[in-house]
Amino acid sequence: MKIVACVKRVPTTEAQPVVSGDGTSLDQSGLQYMLSFYDEIAVEKAVQIKESVGGEVIVVSLGPTDGSKEMRECLAKGADRVVLAKDEEWQSRDARATAVALAAQITAQGADMALFGRVATDRDNAAVGPMVATLLGWACVTDVIELDVADGKGVAKRESEAGIETYEFSLPAVITCQKGLAEPRYAGLKGIMAAKKKPLDEVDVTVEANQAQVVKLSPPPARAEGRIIGEGAAAVPALMDALRNEAKVL
Amino acid sequence: MSTIVVHVEQVGGAPRRASLETLGAARAVCDTVVATICGDGAANAASGLGAHGANKVVVIEGAGTSPDALAKDLAAVVKEHGATAFLVGATSGGRDVAPRVAALLDSTLFSDCIALDKSGDALVVRRPWLAGKLLADMRTEGPVLCATLRRNTFQPGAGGGDAEIVHADANTDFLAVLKDVAAKAADKLDVSEAAVVVSGGRGLGEAENFKIVEDLAAAFGDAAVGASRAVVDMGWRPHGEQVGQTGKTVAPQLYIAIGISGAIQHLAGMKTSKVIVAINKDADAPIFKVADYGIVGDAFEIVPALTEAVKAVKAEA
Repeated sequence: MKIVACVKRVPTTEAQPVVSGDGTSLDQSGLQYMLSFYDEIAVEKAVQIKESVGGEVIVVSLGPTDGSKEMRECLAKGADRVVLAKDEEWQSRDARATAVALAAQITAQGADMALFGRVATDRDNAAVGPMVATLLGWACVTDVIELDVADGKGVAKRESEAGIETYEFSLPAVITCQKGLAEPRYAGLKGIMAAKKKPLDEVDVTVEANQAQVVKLSPPPARAEGRIIGEGAAAVPALMDALRNEAKVL
Repeated sequence: MSTIVVHVEQVGGAPRRASLETLGAARAVCDTVVATICGDGAANAASGLGAHGANKVVVIEGAGTSPDALAKDLAAVVKEHGATAFLVGATSGGRDVAPRVAALLDSTLFSDCIALDKSGDALVVRRPWLAGKLLADMRTEGPVLCATLRRNTFQPGAGGGDAEIVHADANTDFLAVLKDVAAKAADKLDVSEAAVVVSGGRGLGEAENFKIVEDLAAAFGDAAVGASRAVVDMGWRPHGEQVGQTGKTVAPQLYIAIGISGAIQHLAGMKTSKVIVAINKDADAPIFKVADYGIVGDAFEIVPALTEAVKAVKAEA
């Protein structure tokens, strides 16, 4: 089975982002990057499926040539090769432009399945996976916490407000991965050495223009200064009074 | 004449609050609101949507077991009405179906929006980037503005009249099909839906000590238990309860953080709560910077006392 795992390079979760002088974009100087948290789960699950049924894991990313460090990490953790669709503007692409570009790469690879993180932790849209599935006419289950694939069919579980939902589908399919689906492994020295010999192909792509336009980018309004009510259990009556009579939430 | 299509989710004939909030948001910025609704009990729920701002309700008979088929049904309603926007509440189901509808409409998607306004003839949404560390005001050059709206952020639609109700047949060309829902315990509220969230962190010392968090949540009645990333990673609590950048974003009326220091990735997930209370041993913990009210001290003394006080208030009511 050919499994594509789509990954995105994003600012680290510790990042304190700053708005550029133009007021509509992110100041990228000084930002540190990482693989989006949930994308690591997608890579791990893809490798696990390959280990159980055989096949190939191809990591596909729309991103900058600078991202090769994060791509090598995927190879060290068991992916067979990487296709990096070169795009220095990857961070400002909207969900649709990203999905159209990735759908083309997935088709070019002849994949049976594509795994995505449930959301990229920079734009938080959680849109690209299901958009790709829709563009390709593939089945899709999002936020998956359990997945079984065999004989061209799959069963996936996801958690919603109602409880745990079970879906059945036929391949090809897109799955977006929630925490709990798989625990990313450590690369280990052997993996890191092996990764150096695995192919990392950079391909040129033309990405469609954004529909989404940023009118203004700003830091969120600061919360009004709060106050320490007191210390220990003795402060509870004063807190109750504040919640009932001042904040009026009780 | 601008038209917005709002997909309404319902449970047993009662529309979700998130859907009523989305109707309210749409009502405020357009001339005609067309609601879509499906599933068992849809006909019952449809009759009340006029009062919440819908001018027309399309009941899609038989839909709801396949998200890809539902997306086709919804995209067809948007096209048929020449709508300029498609909105759905940012629930689990809403966030699942919206990108598919957007793709079918050759449009991009704006997820988890916290504001929707008119600027001239165009719509502008505000949405968080990097889990709310920045806010982006955005518009689209695409054919339809597709967006999901954050819960507990918009006022539910009110004061409307009767809506015209029509019926449509669902698409039966399924790719993925829902086979089963293992319902969670009826009294267990999801952390992203609850009006009150009581969260615990590493400061509680061990998993068993979450009892004081659960007891406080139970005293409120309408509260859910939340957790920091640290305690979820240690296996004390399930991931479904995690609040933060790699968990759920919540915006309840009241958020109580117990033994949570307030790492930036946690703050990103709860900072837009209406009122924040922090209980922590360390007076310098970053959580006190965003809290409206703080108590410094031992959670094992403070929280049981707070639980009793809340019980007393609830007993009065």
